[in-house]
Amino acid sequence: MSILEFSRGPMLHFALIVFVFGVLWRLTATFLLGFRQHRSEPRASKGQAAAGGFSVLGMRSWPHKEFIGRTAFGEAVGYGYHIGLFTIVLLGAPHVLFWQNLFGFSAPWWPTLPGGLITFISILTVMLMLIATIRRVGHPVLRRISNFDDYFTLVILYALMLTGLMAVLGLGGRYEYILAAHIISFNALLIWFPFSKLMHAFYIFPSRFFNGYMHAKKGAAK
Amino acid sequence: MSTATQSFTRQDAGPQSADERVEGAMRSFAKEFGALVGMNIESCIHCGMCAEACHFYIATEDAKYTPILKVEPFKKIFRRESGAFAPFFKLFNLKSKITVEELEEWQELMFDSCNQCGRCSLVCPMGIEVADLIEIGRRGMYDAGLAPKELADRARYQAEHGHPEEVDKPYAELLSEIGNAHDVEIPLDKAKADVFVCAPRSDMISNPSAVAAMAKVLNKLKVNYTFASNAIVAENYGHYAGSRELQKTISLRIIDAAKKVGAKTVVVPECGHAYTALRWQAADLVGEALPFKVRHVTEFLAEQLADGKLKLNQVDDEATAFHDPCKIVRKGGVMDAPRELMKAMGVNLKEMANHQGYSFCCGGGGGVNDLERAKPLRYKAQELKLHEIDATGARRFLTSCSDCRVAFEDAREFFNWDKQPESLVELVAANIKE
Ligand code: SF4
Ligand code: SF4
Repeated sequence: MSILEFSRGPMLHFALIVFVFGVLWRLTATFLLGFRQHRSEPRASKGQAAAGGFSVLGMRSWPHKEFIGRTAFGEAVGYGYHIGLFTIVLLGAPHVLFWQNLFGFSAPWWPTLPGGLITFISILTVMLMLIATIRRVGHPVLRRISNFDDYFTLVILYALMLTGLMAVLGLGGRYEYILAAHIISFNALLIWFPFSKLMHAFYIFPSRFFNGYMHAKKGAAK
Repeated sequence: MSTATQSFTRQDAGPQSADERVEGAMRSFAKEFGALVGMNIESCIHCGMCAEACHFYIATEDAKYTPILKVEPFKKIFRRESGAFAPFFKLFNLKSKITVEELEEWQELMFDSCNQCGRCSLVCPMGIEVADLIEIGRRGMYDAGLAPKELADRARYQAEHGHPEEVDKPYAELLSEIGNAHDVEIPLDKAKADVFVCAPRSDMISNPSAVAAMAKVLNKLKVNYTFASNAIVAENYGHYAGSRELQKTISLRIIDAAKKVGAKTVVVPECGHAYTALRWQAADLVGEALPFKVRHVTEFLAEQLADGKLKLNQVDDEATAFHDPCKIVRKGGVMDAPRELMKAMGVNLKEMANHQGYSFCCGGGGGVNDLERAKPLRYKAQELKLHEIDATGARRFLTSCSDCRVAFEDAREFFNWDKQPESLVELVAANIKE
C-alpha cells in the first residue's frame, strides 16, 4: 500500500471514526451535565425566549455597534480566513470530487470555482491566517489567553493549506507525496477536532442559542 | 496611578490549609457544572474580544483583566474534572490541578477587577455568558476561604444581624427619623400589606432623601405597603462575597418578612445587586418559586404610569444624562422603565455613547465599592465613564441605583468632578402631579 493509498484509505477512515464519535461524545458529555431549573418568574414566555435565542444565534455574528470600533479588525481577519477556508473546501473542484467519492454520491449540480481563483483565495487565506497568528503572538490579550490548543490547531491548518497549495502549484517534490501529505494533514485535523477548540464549529449554535434564551427570559440585553 | 496586583486577603472563617482551600473551590465549582456552564467553558475560541468590552481592560490595557482569563482556574478544573475527556486529561496530567497560589492570585481578578456588570457577555462571538462564569468563580473563592475579607465579614454579619456592619442605632429607628425629617409617613411593621418594601443601607446613611422619596411616591399612589424592622436592608453581601448560603439566609429575611405580611409584590429600591439577588437568584437558592412578584422601584412606577395611576409634572429642560445600572438594566431586564419615567417628566435626556444594555458600569458594582485596595483600579475604570457622561454635555446626572451613586460620589470627590449623582426616584417624587 502506498502512502497515498494509506492516507486516503485506512487512515482517513480511522480519522473519520475519531471525528464522528469524538464530536458526538464531547457534545453529549456537555448536554449530559443537564440544564438547571430556574424558578424566578420569567419576563418572557418560552416562545419569546426561544425567539431571543434564535436572534442571538444570528446577531452575534457581527458585533453590536458599541463594540465594533474596538473589535472590527480581529473580526474581519477571523471572518476572512473562515470564509476562505469554506470556499476552498466547498467550491474547489478537487474537494467537491473528494466529498462525492467519500460519501458515495454524484452531484453534477454542485458548483465549483475555477482552479486559478481557488488558488488565489488560498493564498489570501494563508495571508489572513498569518495576520491572525501574528496577532495571537503579538497582541498582549491574545498572547496571554492562548494555549497549546490554539497554536497546535494553527499548525495543522497551515500544514493543510500549504500542502494543498504545493500540490496545486506543483512545488516540493512528487505530486503523489505532496497529495498524501495534504490528506494526512486533513486526517490530523479530523483526529484533533473533537479534542480541540475546533469544536467551536458545533458549540457555536447551542452556546449562542441557550445563552440568548436565558437573556431573553429575563428581558436582559442580548 | 498604580493598578499592580494587590495582595489577597483571607476570610477568617472557612477552610484554612492550602489543600482544604483547593478542595473547597473544586467542590464549589462542581456544584455549578451544568450544561450551560459546560457549553460556556467549552466554546471559548480565545479571540480576546471580551477584553474590548471590559472597562478594566480598556482603562488599563493590562491583559490580565481580560474577562475570560478571570475564570481560568475554574476552566481548568472543569476540563480536569467534568469535561468530556476528563479521565484522559487526568490520566496524562494534561490539565494540572489548580494550586492555592493560583486561587490567591485570582482573587484580585474575580473581585477587585470585576463588577459582574455583564458587558463582556454581549460581545462574545460564541455567546458565552462570561460574567456568570465569574460569578460562579467567586462562589468557589468563597468556599476556598478566599473571598476578600471585607465582603466575607460583612456577608456573615448581615446574615446574622440583618445589616452588614455594627450600627449606632437600629435601622427601624433610622427609618422613622428619615420619615420625620422629610415629613413623610413611612409605614413599618404593618401586620398585612400588599407591597413589601426595603431600602438601600447606603441611602439610609448617606442619602436619606432617596428613601423618603420612595415612601412619598408610594404614599401618593395610596399603595398599601410596609417595611419590616427585621428586614429593612436591601443589600445582599452574600451575593457580593460569593456565598450561596449567606446569600440565601439574607434573601430569606426579606422573603419571610414579605410572606408574613401577605405581600403580593416586593418593591426593590434603587439598588442593582439587591434586584438581581431577589429577582433572579433568590428562588433558585431557596429552591422554590417566590410567592410574590419582585419589581424594581422604577419598574413598579413605570407600571403605575402606564396604568394612569401615576401622573407627573414636566421638569425644566436642563440637559440630563442617565446612567443605566448594569444589574437592573443590562442584566436585570428593566430596559425601558427609567426612560418611560423620564419621558413622562419631559426630561431633556442626552444619551451617552454607550447606554441602556451596552452602558459602561459605574465601576463600583459587584462589591468593588467596598474594597479599599481596589480604589486605584476602580478610579481608572471610572474615568472612562466620567468622560462619557461629560461628552453628553449634560448638567444633571441621574441614575437608579444607590450603589452606583456611591461609586460616582466617590469618583466625584477624587476627580473633583462637576456633577452630582441624583436619584431618578427622587426626581419622580418631586414631580408628582397633585
Ligand atoms: S462583568 Fe463587567 S467588569 Fe466583569 S469582566 Fe465582564 S465587563 Fe469586566
Ligand atoms: S470573547 Fe468569548 S470566545 Fe472570545 S475570548 Fe472572550 S469568552 Fe472566549
